[in-house]
Amino acid sequence: MASEIRIVLNINGTEYHVTTQTNSTLAEVLREDLGLLGTKIGCNKGECGACTVIMNSRSVTSCLVLAVQADGATITTIEGLAKDGKPSPVEQAFIDEGAIQCGFCTPGMLMSTEALLASNPHPTEAEIKTALEGNLCRCTGYAKIVRAVQKASQHHG
Amino acid sequence: MSIEKKGFRHLREGSYPLTRVVGTSVSKVDGYALVTGAPMYADDIAARDFPQRLHGKILTSPIAHGIITAIDTSAAEALPGVHLVLTWKNTPRTFFTTAGQGWPEPSPYDNQMFTERVRFVGDRVAAVFADSSEVADEAVKLIKVTFKEEPAVLSAEDAIRAGAPVVHPESSKGAYDAAHNIAAHVDVNIGDVDKALAESEVSVSETFETHYVQHTPMETHTAFAYMDDMGKLVIVSSTQVPWHSRRIVSRVLGIPMSRLRVIKPRIGGGYGCKQEILIDDLVAYGVIKTGLPCEVELTRREEFVSSRTRHPMKVDMSIGSDAQGNFKALKMHVLSNTGAYGSHSLTVMSNTGSKTLPLYNKARDVRFFGDAVYTNLPVAGAYRGYGATQGYAALETTIDDLAAKLNMDPIELRKKNMIRVGEGSPIFEALGEGREGVAQTIKSSSLPELLDLGAEAIGWKEKRGKRVRVGHKVRGVGMSMHMQGSGIPLIDMASASIKLNEDGTYFLTMGATDIGTGSDTILSQMAAEVLGVTADKISALSSDTDLTPFDVGAYASSTTFVSGGAVIKAAKAVRNQIFAVAAEIFGEELDASLVSAEPKVEHDDSERDPILSFYYMEDGNVVSVRSGKKVSVSEVAYRAFYEVNQHQIAATQSFVSPHSPPPFAAHFVEIELDELTGKIKILKYVAAVDCGVSVNPDLVRGQILGALANGIGFALTEEYHFGSHGNMTNSSLFDYKILSRRDMPPTEVIVVDSYEPTGPLGVKSVAEININGPVPAIGNAIFDATGIRLHKSPYTPEKVLAALHGKSI
Repeated sequence: MASEIRIVLNINGTEYHVTTQTNSTLAEVLREDLGLLGTKIGCNKGECGACTVIMNSRSVTSCLVLAVQADGATITTIEGLAKDGKPSPVEQAFIDEGAIQCGFCTPGMLMSTEALLASNPHPTEAEIKTALEGNLCRCTGYAKIVRAVQKASQHHG
Repeated sequence: MSIEKKGFRHLREGSYPLTRVVGTSVSKVDGYALVTGAPMYADDIAARDFPQRLHGKILTSPIAHGIITAIDTSAAEALPGVHLVLTWKNTPRTFFTTAGQGWPEPSPYDNQMFTERVRFVGDRVAAVFADSSEVADEAVKLIKVTFKEEPAVLSAEDAIRAGAPVVHPESSKGAYDAAHNIAAHVDVNIGDVDKALAESEVSVSETFETHYVQHTPMETHTAFAYMDDMGKLVIVSSTQVPWHSRRIVSRVLGIPMSRLRVIKPRIGGGYGCKQEILIDDLVAYGVIKTGLPCEVELTRREEFVSSRTRHPMKVDMSIGSDAQGNFKALKMHVLSNTGAYGSHSLTVMSNTGSKTLPLYNKARDVRFFGDAVYTNLPVAGAYRGYGATQGYAALETTIDDLAAKLNMDPIELRKKNMIRVGEGSPIFEALGEGREGVAQTIKSSSLPELLDLGAEAIGWKEKRGKRVRVGHKVRGVGMSMHMQGSGIPLIDMASASIKLNEDGTYFLTMGATDIGTGSDTILSQMAAEVLGVTADKISALSSDTDLTPFDVGAYASSTTFVSGGAVIKAAKAVRNQIFAVAAEIFGEELDASLVSAEPKVEHDDSERDPILSFYYMEDGNVVSVRSGKKVSVSEVAYRAFYEVNQHQIAATQSFVSPHSPPPFAAHFVEIELDELTGKIKILKYVAAVDCGVSVNPDLVRGQILGALANGIGFALTEEYHFGSHGNMTNSSLFDYKILSRRDMPPTEVIVVDSYEPTGPLGVKSVAEININGPVPAIGNAIFDATGIRLHKSPYTPEKVLAALHGKSI
């Protein structure tokens, strides 16, 4: 059985002091300890990408990151995108392009897109496909998602 | 009149009434909430509302077949944090089917909450509820089970061999012949097919085998339950069938329906696997025994191994024709592997014939027959396409073999024999969902256009038979043709309620189950269309057995057609009540019988609705045709609620239809086959689709593209691998390959509208049909490129290479 540990996480601009288990994953801490339930868990093995968050400017599958590894990290989750009830440009593009069906993969897909556009504001279609390769979706057939990312990139700096 | 609608490439002008909201791509009603990650799925709500809940974990069988001779749970029960351990010894012994279907249930009662006889690797042996998942996992490991192993049946062929081990020697009420491992049997005979085949100038017989695949929803099966403050047991479940869940759980656990409520939150995909009651019984029983909220969330491995799959089938197909290619005889024989339990075994197999053979209605002699058999392998169930997918794999490849034999263009052969408007097929009447069907006449079809436009888009004439070669890569084109249904005729029933609010907005409640498809959105659009408002004036609440009216749920491509019919009827009833109050306000006569008349769904264009000769809805107002007077619906509501002749303006309506109009599709694909590696690359995929009127063109495209991605995975990459004792060896998304963004080939979607007069506002369905194409279309393209026919899916490089080198596979 695991023992308890205290960590500090900067999530969406707020500092959280969390007491959790040494074997807890970042995804579990976000969901169960902090109630940030937008991050989804689809496989708990880093294979589907639903739990993607941005940690220190890089997209990571939070189900594979131990919470202790994230101690001191700056993290953006899906809850950090919309401001004052207004969706971010990337979120708005997903709505406008109809890139959502069941929506379960959507938060992870959005976080991978945010990470991509932060490092590469105007990606080619091939770069988008590579960046989103780790985010599985069973509903949409992906075409609209790529179009949404392209649309969002037009609004990006 | 010219009709401009976003998203359509081809429209038949003037062929159906002008609509304002239907036919536009309004954003999904849950779009904002979904992109912002609102906590709306079952596990989100459980974590938010019940942080102290118990977590359930399941112990599954490590062997394919055997009896549990001893089970010791004492160490697990003694572990701190464990509240409950369940096995066959301390749970209800009721036999039931996990298949969430209508009543009477067509699947055999061969399943119990926990089994004493394990029947496949993954069968449910025990469950633990504990304070945390971690403790529950630990406790599961402490349960000591002793098995007496028995010989296992590890293929459908073995299941029907004389002297085969019996998978269900105990109870299996409703199974056709459990002593011989036959869960279900169908035999439908029209004419004398063997004689007709023998007399045909040309005939072909082929066998096609499809394989084990899984739906892989991104959200695994998840459910939690709790006792509310009034002592009612509430189940929140990722289900496609809330009412079937309530009915089955009520019977298995002996809880009256008045004490049981099933709520469907947002669902992370279903595709059929959540048309199955797999964990709802478990969380409910956990609450009954502990008094505490209980949750079960299947792991990804459990989703593969222990939930449901597509029935693998071996389909023998024979077609007889004259020398000109006019079909005389169709004979389809099915051996379906239902796995360890008979979930959907009869109805999926029925659909293998009933959703395929009527497409070629020119053959006079037709036979469809087969057996669905028990094996000690993972359990099959409902999966998008529902048997038709397997049937088309055989039918559409055999038709191409016949075309080759006749030296005919496969499209011409299909055009010669396909069903057309005004025609029926004896199969419709002879074969339904596990019982006799209902006669159907085709009233809408764009099939001829689908074939022409699809052929043009792929470059059929230029490319077919050319075998263009680039080094060791050779190209080919293939196509296939399909139909499905729109709900189960005279079985599927849906209902909807609409209430008017004082400000002229409406509240729509319905049983229809949005599992991510967007049905809340399109059904709001359909209500808005009738009520003369924009879709945002409709607030929709769906799928709560206490708060919304009944619906069978999301399956059988029924929602747009059947649930849509209920919504249209409720909207018309409310609209007519509004007209009655407006007539009072205007001081005009309105015949009460027009107001109370049963609203119609069939032929519901405006010219045929007599009340519309007096009043119509426009932008939130009622307009009098006779006087030109106008009053806002809000004024009508205030008057009715507070002032004169006070009453609530609201209506509940139900819809069940004798019709199940088929949507149609023609699929075309160009491939490049690498002769060195055996790898198949799709250069382009074209899906031409007729789904009636598209309520929301964006969502229609989404359904088509999603089904293609799933179908292409089925054709090329997705496959269960089994170890020597029926154990799945690739139960992860890393080892079981569904298409990622990079694997999705260039696709072109062509939607050709038709107007279906039996459907609400002209709709048919679109959810399932397009998963049927990739296996036969790609198979036919391989045949075009190489002259080699592959008889087994998926078309992996290994199989292609073996076939190229003349080896048997």
